[in-house]
Amino acid sequence: MAGLAATFGSGAMTNSINEMDEAELFFVIGSNTTEQHPLIGSRVINAVERGARLIVVDPRDIPLARYAHMHLRQNIGTDVAVLNGLMNIIIEEGLYDREYVETRTEGFDELKRTVNRYTPRVVEQISGVRAEDLVLVAREYARTGKAMLLYAMGITQHTTGTDNVKTCANLAMLTGHVGRPSTGVNPLRGQNNVQGACDMGGLPVVYTGYQKVGDDPVIQKFKDAWGVGDLDTAPGLTITTMMEAADKGELKALYVMGENPYLSDPDSKHIERALSNLDLLVVQDIFLSETAALADVVLPAACFAEKTGTYTNTERRVQLAYKAIDPPGSARADWEIIQDVCTRAGYPMEYAGPSEIMEEINRVTPSYAGITYPRLETGYGLSWPCPNEEHPGTTYLHKDRFSKGLGTFLPCEFKPMAEPPDTEYNFILTTGRMYFQFHTGTMSRRVGILEREAPEPLVEINPEDARKLGIRDRDLVEITSRRGTVKIKAEVTARVPRKVVFSTFHFHEGPINLLTVSAHDPVSGIPEYKGCAVKIRRCA
Amino acid sequence: MAKTSTICPFCGCGCNFYLVTEQNKVVGVEPSPGNPVNKGMLCAKGWNSYDFINSPLRLTTPLVRKNGKLTESTWDEALDFTVRRLREIQSDSGSRSLGFLASAKVSNEENYLFMKMARAVFKTNNIDHCARL
Repeated sequence: MAGLAATFGSGAMTNSINEMDEAELFFVIGSNTTEQHPLIGSRVINAVERGARLIVVDPRDIPLARYAHMHLRQNIGTDVAVLNGLMNIIIEEGLYDREYVETRTEGFDELKRTVNRYTPRVVEQISGVRAEDLVLVAREYARTGKAMLLYAMGITQHTTGTDNVKTCANLAMLTGHVGRPSTGVNPLRGQNNVQGACDMGGLPVVYTGYQKVGDDPVIQKFKDAWGVGDLDTAPGLTITTMMEAADKGELKALYVMGENPYLSDPDSKHIERALSNLDLLVVQDIFLSETAALADVVLPAACFAEKTGTYTNTERRVQLAYKAIDPPGSARADWEIIQDVCTRAGYPMEYAGPSEIMEEINRVTPSYAGITYPRLETGYGLSWPCPNEEHPGTTYLHKDRFSKGLGTFLPCEFKPMAEPPDTEYNFILTTGRMYFQFHTGTMSRRVGILEREAPEPLVEINPEDARKLGIRDRDLVEITSRRGTVKIKAEVTARVPRKVVFSTFHFHEGPINLLTVSAHDPVSGIPEYKGCAVKIRRCA
Repeated sequence: MAKTSTICPFCGCGCNFYLVTEQNKVVGVEPSPGNPVNKGMLCAKGWNSYDFINSPLRLTTPLVRKNGKLTESTWDEALDFTVRRLREIQSDSGSRSLGFLASAKVSNEENYLFMKMARAVFKTNNIDHCARL
């Protein structure tokens, strides 16, 4: 998000899901779309079946690759090099959109200087992608009018995550593929309201609608709206830095709503130590998650079916969900719990319901100003920015001008991963999710059918590596990183390239984040889940 | 039998479907044919998104740790304890010693209130969520 905000002025999917039906080409990098965003994956496949072209860039042989016209399997963590290589070819062959670059962007000369060094041969050496294939992909992406770039956590979960995003944006701008229908740079968000949590200011540096915490007019607006005399004006801590601060004893209390950092965050031993070191841990959740089990106070919350509220999907569409049933026992909606905490803390809150909270959001958030309950009740949602009640919402961003004016090319150099393999830890572990489970499994592992299809953690290993190590399919193996050891069964499959193993973080009985590295992107704070060094052996 | 429109609780696609309920129990789902996101379709997770709602493992009462063990309590006790400890830590160690994790799983309205609580009531910008994870 930080990367897109710096380039375009806005960190969200630039285009909408429906525009996929008209796209002529998809460039999918770092997104296992059919497994992680199945309904978007099926849109892409439908488009391919009616003639759209599909380029997949992913180290793993993901299901979507079966439908791809070209699949580039880059070495893990070499995305910047691959994308710079494509731009090198596009500039060298004069295939970029000159008029667009001149009228809508800035920083082209600097971009040209940087990517100049990334010739196809140089990129082949770094990434393992054949120079000839790079040339074919570069020409096709540049020459197609309606080309949509999709990415997900395969781009962001690296120590160079922000650079990866900026480089995707550079490629799209260079070819004029931003600000037009069925084009754009489209980050697919992984949870049903991750976009909304960002939009609502659940971030250490911004209020709602990405209004910065250090801006005087913004601070004044929120002081007035909330009737308070002072507000913190310095940027706060990210999750990753909060855990470090807790470990050092600087952060003393943590209030967690509906999250499970113990399983989802990297280097679990470090997280457990940090959480145990707190003077107060409050967890508000629907289940006794691994994190809740460590808490001093656990507050039982209503789930999505038991309350009314809005959720913002990956294409910025705000949609209304209604209460269907009552929560179990004395569980309460999160908003009711928060309201009660604030009132008891001496700041009375008396919202009659979610629609009244939305009215306040409308008043303080320009991009949500026109997204009201009466409008949401009658349609299928509204996409921000929606500045007033007459506005129809915005399907694609940056038409005619970028949110920040000119789009800025922010060229990046390739940087190797934080913990490359060596002679002892000679494999790269990369992590993600699978189709039948979700995140830390708090919900999906309690669904019988999903659990039947994917009941246990597995680690994917390439057949050649497996043969050398004497590992057969479903053998129990031991994976060790510098931070811990996990024993799970092997799945021998060519889905992963040689010297790479893949596993998921859904399963508490095979907690893969015991192994992952907490090294993170310096700007966004995203940990490098997509690559750390491990060794692997068959259990005796 | 009643039908209530909702949004899938899993990934970020934002598929729209109806929860089919009998008395106070969700017994099935039916995708929304008109919604432009999923156009009447759902994935395996969406079709099965209601099973966990009825799980016997759901939390139904507040818990407070006493003598090292999480023990059932009243809402009054749990909330008073929470507020008292947050305020004590805030006055002893400052607002920056408090942290808040919002959620990619709860509604916009709830994230907004949670953010307001961190900033307006407890005076800290230490608020984040798992957008990156």
